[in-house]
Amino acid sequence: MSDSPVIVESHNPAQQHHFADMEQQRQAASLGMWLFLATEVMFFGGMFCAYLIYRYWYYPEFAAGSQTLDIRLGAINTGVLICSSLTVALSVRAAQFGKRKLLVTLLVATILLGLVFLGIKGVEWASKFEEHHVPGPSFHFEPTAHSHPNTKIDPRRIQIFFSLYFAMTGIHALHMVIGVGLFAVLTFYAWKGRYNSAYYTPIENAGLYWHFVDIIWIYLFPLLYLIDRKK
Amino acid sequence: MATAMSPVAERENYLNQEYGVRSWLLTTDHKRIALLYLASITFFFFVGGLFALLIRLELLTPAGDLVQADTYNKLFTMHGQIMVFFFLVPSIPAVLGNFLVPLMIGARDLAFPRINLLSWYLYIIGGILMMHAVLTGGVDTGWTFYTPFSTAFSNTKVIEAGLAIFVVGFSSILTGLNFVVTIHRMRAPGMTWWRLPLFIWSMYATSIIFLLGTPVLAITLTLVIFERAFHLGIFDPTRGGDPLLFQHLFWFYSHPAVYIMILPSMGIVSEIVPCFSRKRIFGYSFVAMASIGIAVLGFLVWAHHMFVAGMSIYAALIFSFLSYLVAVPSAIKVFNWTATLYKGSITFSTPLLYAFGFIGLFTMGGLTGLFLAALGVDVHVTDTYFVIAHFHYIMVGGAVMGYLGGMHFWWPKISGRMYPESLGKLAALIVFIGFNLTFFPQFILGYLGMPRRYWQYPPEFQVLNVLSTAGSTILAVGYVLPMIYFLWSMRYGKHAEPNPWGAAGLEWMTPSPPPTSNFEETPQVTWEAYDYGNIDLPKEVPVER
Amino acid sequence: MFDNFPLWPARASTTAGNVDALYIFLVVLSAFMSVAIFVMILAFAARYRRRPGHAAEQIEGSTILEITWSVIPFGVFVVIFVWGAVIFFQERTPPRGATEIYVVAKQWMWKLEHEEGHREINELHVPVGRDVKMILTSQDVIHSFYVPAFRIKQDVVPGRYTTAWFRPTRPGTYHLFCAEYCGTQHSGMIGQVVVMEPSQYEAWLSGGGATGSLASTGQSLFQQFACSTCHRLDAQGSGPNLTGRFGKPVLLEDGRTVIEDENYIRESILNPSAKIVAGFKPIMPPFQGMVTEEQLNALVAYIKSLSENPSGPAGSPTMLPAGTQPQSTKGAMKWLPQ
Repeated sequence: MSDSPVIVESHNPAQQHHFADMEQQRQAASLGMWLFLATEVMFFGGMFCAYLIYRYWYYPEFAAGSQTLDIRLGAINTGVLICSSLTVALSVRAAQFGKRKLLVTLLVATILLGLVFLGIKGVEWASKFEEHHVPGPSFHFEPTAHSHPNTKIDPRRIQIFFSLYFAMTGIHALHMVIGVGLFAVLTFYAWKGRYNSAYYTPIENAGLYWHFVDIIWIYLFPLLYLIDRKK
Repeated sequence: MATAMSPVAERENYLNQEYGVRSWLLTTDHKRIALLYLASITFFFFVGGLFALLIRLELLTPAGDLVQADTYNKLFTMHGQIMVFFFLVPSIPAVLGNFLVPLMIGARDLAFPRINLLSWYLYIIGGILMMHAVLTGGVDTGWTFYTPFSTAFSNTKVIEAGLAIFVVGFSSILTGLNFVVTIHRMRAPGMTWWRLPLFIWSMYATSIIFLLGTPVLAITLTLVIFERAFHLGIFDPTRGGDPLLFQHLFWFYSHPAVYIMILPSMGIVSEIVPCFSRKRIFGYSFVAMASIGIAVLGFLVWAHHMFVAGMSIYAALIFSFLSYLVAVPSAIKVFNWTATLYKGSITFSTPLLYAFGFIGLFTMGGLTGLFLAALGVDVHVTDTYFVIAHFHYIMVGGAVMGYLGGMHFWWPKISGRMYPESLGKLAALIVFIGFNLTFFPQFILGYLGMPRRYWQYPPEFQVLNVLSTAGSTILAVGYVLPMIYFLWSMRYGKHAEPNPWGAAGLEWMTPSPPPTSNFEETPQVTWEAYDYGNIDLPKEVPVER
Repeated sequence: MFDNFPLWPARASTTAGNVDALYIFLVVLSAFMSVAIFVMILAFAARYRRRPGHAAEQIEGSTILEITWSVIPFGVFVVIFVWGAVIFFQERTPPRGATEIYVVAKQWMWKLEHEEGHREINELHVPVGRDVKMILTSQDVIHSFYVPAFRIKQDVVPGRYTTAWFRPTRPGTYHLFCAEYCGTQHSGMIGQVVVMEPSQYEAWLSGGGATGSLASTGQSLFQQFACSTCHRLDAQGSGPNLTGRFGKPVLLEDGRTVIEDENYIRESILNPSAKIVAGFKPIMPPFQGMVTEEQLNALVAYIKSLSENPSGPAGSPTMLPAGTQPQSTKGAMKWLPQ
């Protein structure tokens, strides 16, 4: 048997001992995150599937429900998330170049943008509660001036729209909260100087996660907010 | 090659490297985590088995006279949930997979050891939630949770059980993730894909299903929980929803789940048969590709559980056809195992007996799948005891026998001790006889028209039910025996050599039990899998004295 | 067969024999394959057991064999698939002119209503040799209507109609089971189907218990709910004339074409704005929550009775403009939820 290829001397303090070298560790972590994102696609996929089916069956109700959503807040939130993906991408780059202060700043900016998103979402949900658009015993829907005058809205069917609205945005928001928590941890370690050009894998992989949650929103926004908004 | 003849337990290994509860509960060693899982899933196996015995006792008589109807409904529900989610799905991957995957590919550990430990804790949390639900009222929806009964009518712990299964599902997603990354990235030098043991191929295929299927179950259960808790109506027709949507989402996971439950066992059989025939597996690449084929095709057949649910005829046709397609790779495997025996040099060990039992009973179970895929016949037999017999043949006659065969095969490696061989063979025989007596009558019962989930039944079905219950008591004995002698062997069993079976595979080239780091030096692989003809292995299995 | 140890239930419908034929074929095939595998394994194990001086022969494999034992089984599978599919088509295609029985399942009983108006609970009387089509719905959870002797089973789903049909061939009393778990008394939701000679059946029918035919009940309801205000039968009113339209395609406001079947009628009563007929305004009020399942069944039966007898000549005016080709409905419209 030839000598083990394990490098014994001068290995990166971040290298875990069951890996042969940093490169193997980095590749493993990256593959792991991509696979995890694949599971998230399947997770959200179930809800998107339910959405597609019910939208096809209950189009008038979906259109009416969609038109009660605040398109400005939704658009602002979309912008907020896209900006946060920019700060995330820049933070990976900052880590790559070993710029600790810049890295911390960008991570904090990401967190703040995430919190803005969640705040706006909270405002939107609050208004839904006030309008009694929450499915359940207190649900009440008044067809607004925006819905097609000829269309009778089935009150049961429109509850399906709102059920899916809350389920989808709620689970998305939960993922945002997890993301913010993740980035808070990263910020702490970044401030402590753990990341540098030789080791920034966690920033990269957390970035992947954040981009994914962002992309989910990019689908949610038109699907939920922009149904039949020709006027 | 590691040195073999170390005297009794003086040599440091993963078991004696550190003592104390914390060293076990905070371990990141894949081998210790495997044993943590072993203890947990064995516990749940016996809980689920207890429920099964109570079910069979009730069914001794046509009248409902042992327990109340509601209790019976909870018994079969929890039997199913516990056996599927807390035993069958995790068992082989979390015990044997965790233990063997790094060893078989020449790695030090899995890619993410801490996530591995997290997986076990998630399993435990899910298990605690489940036991709490069981002990504080139970669940009575059937393991399939059909709506609107589960969302709007049942008065039992549906949310808690759903949450428990969600959490334990997350555990299996992480296990699958760990395996895929490990197999891709941590193979020893020279261990190419086509040199991998077939157990690894089957773990890989299983992990694909873990990753892509389980999340759909997670979202489905989430929606059911939301519906119950927040009065949504996604699956409730009185609130605009569709009960069939639930069925599609549920079965989209739950059908591939059955392949999660069988593929690992098939992988075990692919290891045992070559070893005890002293020759290569017949058609290695076909068996490997069949595993992948089963995993992929398994995602395309879910609605064969819904032929009478109210789907269109055309959808039924498509799913029926695809179901026949997925039967082909399984058939290939059965033929390949049988062909491996041809011109071999066969030793009748306990693992091989279990493997034979697997091949025979899986064949029977799989053939009855053809009945169910045939639309005209399915209309009559779906939702009857025919289906129950079919899936128990595969999951018990197949998966559990494979699991037991694997436990016996790798027990020397895991524990460093030999189990008593004659008791092993006896238990295998008892299991085989008890199993067939329990479940074969149920095929007939099903075709005669006895529906599933029946607490009471018309008297003409009694004789077959009595036979089945008698068989179940024998089967129970067969399962208790290995528990006893495995435990016994840990103290009094003969110490095991590194390679007591003379088997091929990297796991056998390290001491029994292995050291914490698995290998003294990283192996360099220059030979093919199952190289029984060429490498320096005894031509015959060393016989136990 | 085998009176003391039956292997299958009595055969009491035209389907039963077909299903049993395929079943027996599969049993023989499975027995043959199982025995073959068992025998081969045991034979190889015995013949090639370990003996001194006999080493194992290392055989890689054989692509020819692999292809053979993939293709041949698949060929057999295709045969089974086609055979099963043919039976299934027959099972799922009710013949024209079948007697209709409306079934409402609820926890934990079966409520059945004949066209003539007879109501039964947990029992269904039918004459030998007549096609019977059941239109089933549930009041609460999913149930399943299962008669082993007829080899038929159909899930009964809340919120929509499903259908099943049979033609009994032997007088006798046969089990009716609920085959989809539905709660506490799922196993108590048992009834019987009583198949009688035609003369006995007529006697049973006239033995009273009828409350008027289902369709005549529906006619009363049609007046009671003021449907006739808009749906005039003599001319065009604010709503479409309902005569002669059952089973025919109808063009909707949004351009889709659907078949006017039981589910369409039901949906249009409960939620009329879902599918408005082309050329009409959405002014019909919804009756969701105002009609019971039994009343819905009666109304559906009445509206169906306004069309030609399905076995008679067609020829009622359709609502489609001349030359319109119906879009493909893919069978999908029939099973939309309510």
